[in-house]
Amino acid sequence: MSRMLNKIAIITGAASNPGLGYSTAMRFAQEGAKLVITDIDMVGLAAIEKEIAATGAEVLAMAQNVVDEQRWQAVIDATVERFGRLDVLVNNAGIAVLKPINEFTQADYNMQMDVNLRSVFLGCQKAVPAMKDSGGGSIVNMSSVAAMRGMAAVSVYGMAKAGVQILSKCVAVEHAADGVRCNSLHPGLIETNIQNDARRDNPENHAALGAMVPFGRMGYPEEVANCVLFLASDEASYVTGAELVVDGGLIAG
Amino acid sequence: MAFDFTDEVVLITGAGAGLGYGCATAFADAGAKLVVTDISQEALDRVVQELQRSGAEVLGLLKDVSDSADVDAMLKAIIAHYGRLDIAVNNAGIATPLQEFHEVSEAQFDRVMAVNLKGVWLCMQAEIRQMLKQGRGRIVNMASATSRNTYPNASPYVTSKFAVAGLTRTVAMEYANRDIRINAICPGNVATPLVVSLVEDLSVLATKHAMNRLGTPEEVANGVLFLASDLSSFSTGSLLEVDGGWNAT
Repeated sequence: MSRMLNKIAIITGAASNPGLGYSTAMRFAQEGAKLVITDIDMVGLAAIEKEIAATGAEVLAMAQNVVDEQRWQAVIDATVERFGRLDVLVNNAGIAVLKPINEFTQADYNMQMDVNLRSVFLGCQKAVPAMKDSGGGSIVNMSSVAAMRGMAAVSVYGMAKAGVQILSKCVAVEHAADGVRCNSLHPGLIETNIQNDARRDNPENHAALGAMVPFGRMGYPEEVANCVLFLASDEASYVTGAELVVDGGLIAG
Repeated sequence: MAFDFTDEVVLITGAGAGLGYGCATAFADAGAKLVVTDISQEALDRVVQELQRSGAEVLGLLKDVSDSADVDAMLKAIIAHYGRLDIAVNNAGIATPLQEFHEVSEAQFDRVMAVNLKGVWLCMQAEIRQMLKQGRGRIVNMASATSRNTYPNASPYVTSKFAVAGLTRTVAMEYANRDIRINAICPGNVATPLVVSLVEDLSVLATKHAMNRLGTPEEVANGVLFLASDLSSFSTGSLLEVDGGWNAT
């Protein structure tokens, strides 16, 4: 259990439990990483920080609005100051604004694109110099199957996630010579707070969605965390600009 | 290697050289019980000896995956020896020399399709019949970066690899609710005997990849082991590029 031994990793959006950021942080901690976890929800984040520290892992928790450029720089700087370098960035923070196209306000649109795409651009932009100084690194960007398939009520979310997909490839191409790998991860339906909210808001629709998964079930956040782990680890040393789909067969159909 | 496949029965076709050999040694290091096949007796004997010397339990079978009788006999031998098959890596594949499309002979086309596509088809059918009896199985097919990117002058190979990707995805859908996970690995250029036989100057190949180098068999094997392991437990019908950024461009 030492794939991430002494690797320094930033994970954004780590406060929600159940959540992909939370599960990734816990898995990374198990595998020996030193962590910087961020979220806009400081109360939730403090609880996660405590849980991770209790496992014996070194962890620094920072409040972060991932849309704020200066805050990104502060997170990177604090990481390097505390741990000496940066090896891994997991751009996980995200929200889902789900509604039919004709119901979108400009405010909805801007919020969805900012939190899910601008954030990832900023993260990649700010992290690369620190990774370059560290001799290289791995960036894992949380995209979605919604980037690849049209789904009703998922248009702007899908647009943002599709942006993440192509951004990841460009980062890979632009920074391969710096030793930086960058990949996008495409989960399908996973049992997280985003799904819990969707289930609460529209139970029939949600049940119908779950029945569509060929596996017969939604995924567990741990299953997505395992994919992040692989992409972040040295075992993925020749994997860059790739799209890893983890969806129980949802879009193979 | 951080993977653990202790006591799992793993089949790798075309394990006598290149990526198949790399996978065999990786699975052996991870504690698996191996079945290795090849069409060359010499290559097969060599890999069996090396694996046994490293302490692995290994069954070697001289088989041509394009021959349905051979494939049926292969599964029978696996079950007779080990009683089950947990993981199959359908790796055996060939390429014909680089040449313009209009110069390719029908025989060349047929042979490449027979091994690279029908071989995977036949092996998957035999493997899945067994895995259905077991109620569990994992299959990793050797696709290619050229399952999505193209490669001029390699039309039979590219066609076969596009097809392997489609075969992987559609068959994965059929068995997704029966604990049989099927995915494909898409390697970029690696200095295997197959690649070296096609291209004199490997440094030219390196420029296809954002990382500006060829991959190693170990790097590809890491991806195969990932797809065969519980780390990828929610993935089926997926294609994993291990190509140093080729597919990104």
